[in-house]
Amino acid sequence: MSTVPSSRPVALDIRDLVVRLGKGPTADKIIDGVSLQVREGETLCVVGESGSGKSVTSLTVMGLLQKGALVPSAGSVRLVGEELLIASDKRLRQLRATTMAMIFQEPMTALNPVVPVGRQIDEVLRVHTGLDAKARQQRILAMMEQVRLPDVKRIFKSYPHQLSGGQRQRIMIAMALVLEPKLLIADEPTTALDVTTQKQILSLIRELQKDHGTAVLFITHDMGVVAEIADRVMVMRQGRIVETGALDDILRAPKMEYTRNLLASVPSLVPRTPRPASSEPVVLETSGLGKIYRERSFFGTAREVAAAQDVTLTLRKGRTLGIVGESGSGKSTVARCIVRLIDPTSGEVRLRGSEISTLSRQLLRPHRKHIQIVFQDPYRSLNPRVTVGETIAEGPINYGVPRAEALKRAGELLELVDLPADAISRYPHQFSGGQRQRIAIARALALDPDVLVADEAVSALDVSVQAQVLELLDEIQTRLGIALLFITHDLRVAAQICDEVVVMQHGRVVEQGPAGEILTHPQQAYTRQLLEAAPGRGWDFANFQPVAPELQASAASPAE
Amino acid sequence: MAIETLPESSIPLTSSSTRPGLGFLTASPIIAIATICLAAIVLVSILAPWISPHDPMLLAPAQRLKPASEQFLLGTDAYGRDVLSRILYGGRISLLIGLGAAVISIVIGLAIGLVSGFFKWIDAIMMRIMDGLMAIPSILLAIAVVSLSGATLTTVLIAITIPEIPRVARLVRSVVLSAREEPYVEAAISVGSSLPKIMWRHLMPNTIAPLIVQGTYVCASAILTEAILSFLGAGISPEVPTWGNIMAEGRAYFQIKPSLIFWPGLMLSIAILSVNLIGDAARDALDPRMKQREGRK
Amino acid sequence: MFGYLVRRVLAAVPVMGVVALFVFLLLRLTPGDPAAILAGDNATPERLERIRTSLGLNEPLYVQFFTWIDRLLHGDLGVSLISNVPVMKMISSRIEPTISIALSTIVLSILIAVPLGVIAAWKRGTWIDRFVMGLSVIGFSVPVFVIGYVLIQVFAIDLHWLPVQGFRSLSKGFGPFLERLVLPTLALSFIYVALIARMTRAAMLDVLDEDYVRTARAKGITESGVLLRHALRNAAVPVITVIGTGFALLISGVVVTESVFNLPGIGRLTVDAVLARDYPVIQAMILLTSGIYVAINLLIDLAYTLLDPRIRY
Repeated sequence: MSTVPSSRPVALDIRDLVVRLGKGPTADKIIDGVSLQVREGETLCVVGESGSGKSVTSLTVMGLLQKGALVPSAGSVRLVGEELLIASDKRLRQLRATTMAMIFQEPMTALNPVVPVGRQIDEVLRVHTGLDAKARQQRILAMMEQVRLPDVKRIFKSYPHQLSGGQRQRIMIAMALVLEPKLLIADEPTTALDVTTQKQILSLIRELQKDHGTAVLFITHDMGVVAEIADRVMVMRQGRIVETGALDDILRAPKMEYTRNLLASVPSLVPRTPRPASSEPVVLETSGLGKIYRERSFFGTAREVAAAQDVTLTLRKGRTLGIVGESGSGKSTVARCIVRLIDPTSGEVRLRGSEISTLSRQLLRPHRKHIQIVFQDPYRSLNPRVTVGETIAEGPINYGVPRAEALKRAGELLELVDLPADAISRYPHQFSGGQRQRIAIARALALDPDVLVADEAVSALDVSVQAQVLELLDEIQTRLGIALLFITHDLRVAAQICDEVVVMQHGRVVEQGPAGEILTHPQQAYTRQLLEAAPGRGWDFANFQPVAPELQASAASPAE
Repeated sequence: MAIETLPESSIPLTSSSTRPGLGFLTASPIIAIATICLAAIVLVSILAPWISPHDPMLLAPAQRLKPASEQFLLGTDAYGRDVLSRILYGGRISLLIGLGAAVISIVIGLAIGLVSGFFKWIDAIMMRIMDGLMAIPSILLAIAVVSLSGATLTTVLIAITIPEIPRVARLVRSVVLSAREEPYVEAAISVGSSLPKIMWRHLMPNTIAPLIVQGTYVCASAILTEAILSFLGAGISPEVPTWGNIMAEGRAYFQIKPSLIFWPGLMLSIAILSVNLIGDAARDALDPRMKQREGRK
Repeated sequence: MFGYLVRRVLAAVPVMGVVALFVFLLLRLTPGDPAAILAGDNATPERLERIRTSLGLNEPLYVQFFTWIDRLLHGDLGVSLISNVPVMKMISSRIEPTISIALSTIVLSILIAVPLGVIAAWKRGTWIDRFVMGLSVIGFSVPVFVIGYVLIQVFAIDLHWLPVQGFRSLSKGFGPFLERLVLPTLALSFIYVALIARMTRAAMLDVLDEDYVRTARAKGITESGVLLRHALRNAAVPVITVIGTGFALLISGVVVTESVFNLPGIGRLTVDAVLARDYPVIQAMILLTSGIYVAINLLIDLAYTLLDPRIRY
């Protein structure tokens, strides 16, 4: 990583900023004494888990805090020397897009859906410059080319929904940089994107920064992204700075306990030592599994979309099989077909030797208890109106266990997932995301299933919580000998938990085999591409050192 | 895809369950006043036989169109009947119709909505029928029904309730359709819960809050429709004291004695306004999205 | 685009079918002899027979239905049982007052309600917001005839600014026409304004929380630009939807308003027909208003495609 000479002028200078939740001197502090400087041409990464105040900091700079709700009450924010906290609304509007600009997390929702994207960029020029229509269009098309959009004339007239996520984020970047602002604030700009797109966007931001000398304040929760893009790093927690330093110093020698823990929670991309091959019985098998969606259009021409095709996999007792892939790869479709939340259109699913893919609702019932699922979003997977105990006991009661006994067992399961037994009579809203995911796991275990399907079960969790839940799953597997089918987009998670992996793309299996093999010596171009795109692949964060070269995926050896 | 979560340690495990009670009725002074008004109207209507100064149906041709006096606090109508007594009695019909329409439309609408939300082929048929009913302006539908089957309390109630059913059914259906996509419903399916159990335990509770709110709106709209029917002469027979009937009779004498229209009109407006305000307050208290919006303000 | 159009039109057919079936069955399934119901208590046997032949009540039910539908599709709405005049003619001679107040109400309501809703959402939680919301609850609650009589009392009787009741055709001059249109339009607008303002506010509140509004602010656009160019355009779909569904409410209001202001429109025609149990007129009115309702909502469906490029054809 290049270091930016300290002679470059400071673009953004925040001193002792305090932001409170509401007016008045007693209101809670959301940001408590944060100071930071970003120089021109430099990237400062602000990293932290949810609730750390990293986004509030950036919105304060832009003057976009919701009025009256979040109030900056002390400190100073200077943009190229000019104090922003006392600037008028009019002055702030002048500065936005011209001197400071921002890109957001969700390119899906950050663009106005009913206005062509070209006109949305044009609006910036119309508001801030006196250029005529022709000059404006030329400048926009040039900018769109700079952000590597193809066929710019067509895209200029397109609506956001006609573009891919990556293209939309490029539009956002073009819109932010078209007036060459001194400061660019990027708030989790790649979090909603697939890894391969993320890689392209990150290098695009880097490159444009170099060309324009922009100061970048980059907000992220992902240590991998930090390693890719930061010059300096600031770690935040609950509205305060934990520590600040150059990238290398933070990754190699973090001074604070919190930073150490945060880094230690990042799963390594280097697969864990493989467990010996298993000769336990096969509990789950699919062959030629497929799911085709037919969309009937009015004049009878049915459009077919193959969400999954020809998926064949085998899972033995006590083992973990990962299905990895980007969005739209069909990995979740496969999981839902296996659990029969949706009906597969072809192929077989054999659970403990019985074919279940075509069974009716009634005939399926006795098989259901052998396979259970944990969902991604812990906030929606528990019925808010049902107590935790009733939620966990629902399954056993369905299969004839007396209520009292089922509730007693629910208490034991809560202890198994490290929650206090008295959680049983509480409602889900009293628990955090990680705790809820534990409850969801307890519910799945209540039926003593042979197979547990985890559909992106740790993706919505903060990295430290994620590490705990992964540990829990591992422990449960060792104790109960359960088989895990683990669906994830995160190769790091897959590397740490899976014995075998299946890589999927566009509904098809690209490659499958032992995790240690696939993730170090991928045979297929797509798998290699995925591995190369994994952010921070050069770092073994948990051990505070770069990955030893011989352990890195041999991307350079194409074995065609 | 990071979802906003607080750190595990910062969530106290002891906070109590927050279930909305009737506290919202006193949350703002306006709602409190509305509640008191409605309570007063209900009380007066129930007690009408005991507190009315005169018999509301008693014809006294000698006392026609008397102005307000000690004997007749609000004067008399064209048949010499005491207007105050008729207004006090008039609330009974209005409230009965309002409550009846709310209960019946919710019971029937809930059944139709739940079934439609779950069975596709029933849904296709039911929703076409509901669309058709919604296309007919409710007053026209009601007066057509009443004119054919005679103006009794029951037929008026049925005529007023029919156009409200599609609204309730559509509401329940949309709640069911969005709730059944929730992962917790899928989780219930995968732990082997039966369809009736899923409906009863996981889907029905979602409809309660919107139905309470919708119920108040149906109640207000039914009171209004009853008054309009009476006013047009297509409602319950004219000698029965209802607010709409008093006004209908007052139409001919509007230029001489406008109070025949204003007093019952005022009572009617206050009753409907109170019910609507309470409905709005209930919605704000019960709808978590609204609450969240307030919270983020 | 063409496919979408055809689909929407075809979707309207079953809706009208249900309305027609409802109207047809309403008379036939009411307990008792339909002819006796329509004729009233002291009808002569000749009159009963005349009603039976006129409505074809002697035929089997399904024959009645198909004959009736066949006539409807040929534009024949039947003949009044009272005056023997074709219903179509009765309606067309009395449509002008109705169309006048309906159109002026729609235009006036939109002009008042949309700005009110936008401002209320923008200033949410302030006294302006509370004022607009309060106004809207009152608009929903005070019956149109009460509003109508209050307006008559104040503006016609006390202040003598405007005539009390009645209607003048536009062909007899714009002044008298407009003069008599003001009060009915105001009375009728109350509930429509309440409905549209409420929906505009709710839709704007949803939209103002969207990320793209934050993006627009981050571009340095003025607040009015954010509100109109970005927020209102996205809030337009629910707002025009409620303008369409509110049309049923408007029709109900028209019926009452015409009675209050003594306007010789089709609302009065309907009320008179109901009081005289002139069923062909009643059923024609239900079919007509439902047809207009369906047509308006069809137009609104088509307007979606102009407002929101995401709606698939």
